[in-house]
Amino acid sequence: MTAVVSLENVTFAYGEQPAVRDVSLTVDQGDFLGLIGPNGSGKTTLLHLMLGLHSPDSGSIELFGEPASAFSEGERIGYVSQQATSRGGTMPVTVREVVTMGRFAHAGHSRLTEADHDIVTDALETVGITALADRQVTQLSGGQRQRAFIARALASEADLLALDEPTVGVDAESRDEFYQLLDSLNDSGITIILIEHDIGVVTDRANRIACLNTELYHHGDTESFVESDALTEAYGTTGHVVEHHH
Amino acid sequence: MHDTRRRLELGGIALTGLLAVTMLGFLTLDWLQEYPYASALYEQFRIAGRLLDYYLGTNVFSHPYLWRSMATGVLIGVVGPLVGTYLVHREMALIGETLAHTAFAGVAIGLLFSSTTDWSGSLLLVALVVGILGALGVQWLTERTDTYGDVPIAIMLTGSFAVGTLIISYGRGLTGLNIQNFLFGNLSVITPSGARLMGILSVVVVAVVAVTYKQLLFITFDEQAARVARLNVTWYNTLLIVMTAVVVVGAMQVLGVILVAAMLVIPVAAATQLAHSFRETLYLSILFGQVSIIGGFALSISQSLPAGGSIVVVGIAAYLLAVLVSDRSAAAVSVH
Repeated sequence: MTAVVSLENVTFAYGEQPAVRDVSLTVDQGDFLGLIGPNGSGKTTLLHLMLGLHSPDSGSIELFGEPASAFSEGERIGYVSQQATSRGGTMPVTVREVVTMGRFAHAGHSRLTEADHDIVTDALETVGITALADRQVTQLSGGQRQRAFIARALASEADLLALDEPTVGVDAESRDEFYQLLDSLNDSGITIILIEHDIGVVTDRANRIACLNTELYHHGDTESFVESDALTEAYGTTGHVVEHHH
Repeated sequence: MHDTRRRLELGGIALTGLLAVTMLGFLTLDWLQEYPYASALYEQFRIAGRLLDYYLGTNVFSHPYLWRSMATGVLIGVVGPLVGTYLVHREMALIGETLAHTAFAGVAIGLLFSSTTDWSGSLLLVALVVGILGALGVQWLTERTDTYGDVPIAIMLTGSFAVGTLIISYGRGLTGLNIQNFLFGNLSVITPSGARLMGILSVVVVAVVAVTYKQLLFITFDEQAARVARLNVTWYNTLLIVMTAVVVVGAMQVLGVILVAAMLVIPVAAATQLAHSFRETLYLSILFGQVSIIGGFALSISQSLPAGGSIVVVGIAAYLLAVLVSDRSAAAVSVH
């Protein structure tokens, strides 16, 4: 089985400031990887490296067995960022239009087919926002909006879902429902990489943990992470750890 | 209610399409009027124009030069908002203004060139080339400053205008052409070749947007996710900014350098007040574009006012109306 993502001795710096140093890790198909670390520890940079948005200064990155920079099957990756869109504030776009974007990489320059629209309808159904399909994205709550972005990833039939602190600004109840949704997607075989500041959520849901502070402090299954000192080492004595608060 | 609204919009778009095709037809006949069949058809067009004037009691439609202006206007009213919808929602509203000033430098270069050499090509063509180079320049600057901030835009805007004024000042006395026509636009100086250029550019822009609608929408809405989906973001950004240069050069003839950004921004702003979806924003902005153009022409011709200013004032009136209407409907929603 090929790994979904594999990094070997990856180093990346913004100018002189190293963001990620000598990181090696693999994400296998069906994994739920929780990526944690203090603020400014390079989590988002590492995720962007994995997705091929940055090229490493040294080391190699493979996505689905191909070099990440040359990987072209964009529809296999779903991406949900923290403030899922910066234009969401003003641009009149409906939920259905957002989810339909998931089909764009498939369709290229040709017209969307009836089958494309059916897949969009199914994706809306799966995340439970069918009733909101004709609403503007700007009118949704934070939790509903993130569901719309998950639906976009489902519509693109992604095998890999990458989420960068998706529940910032989402109320506790919707957050739980959101993570239940991620769980069921993971059960159906979708590989998930999740950046999350709430370590409790990560240890509850993820089967693999990568704990990062520029360098990798832990990479392995969740049990060995809980037993290790990686957390205190990575966060240091001054670091602020968000504990489980359910 | 929802269906009626949709039908009205589609009807409006169909009418606009018909109007645009008629105007393209006129421009084609105007171009080919020397040839046997075309000349007969062209004569029919002139007769139809005279009849129109007779029944409406106007003195507009019997003049080919006004037809050319109207054709140019109607086409600007389609492609301006079409490209503008993407620009406004990328927070690049002033890029049109910048590229207009770049095109102005192009006009100045063309003037100097044609007065000092035997060259007698179209000034607009020079403006188009310089405008596109300017567009690529802005794109290059913004990629290196890592944001569509307004600093590179301001530098490009003032810089190219500065170069334009220097060239004009240097070449003063060599050229008889009135630079004011390019600054403020002028209906009566739209040349047959200028109108024809607008016709060709419009067909190209509409075709390109029709083919790349999805990609441009994705990038406008969520550039990062579009990158992850392996859309060639840099290429589409370049395409959009080059199309903007093309539209601006066409629109400059009617609106002038100073007002050209209006057709990229005002109809879109009005449409955004009312639209529910992105597709509806596109449709409504084109309809608002047509209202501004036709209303502006009516005001301009009937009151002998400059066309550019009239179009912009009518457009802003429509925008304010849209704000009022959307305020009322927002209030109605919040009551529920």
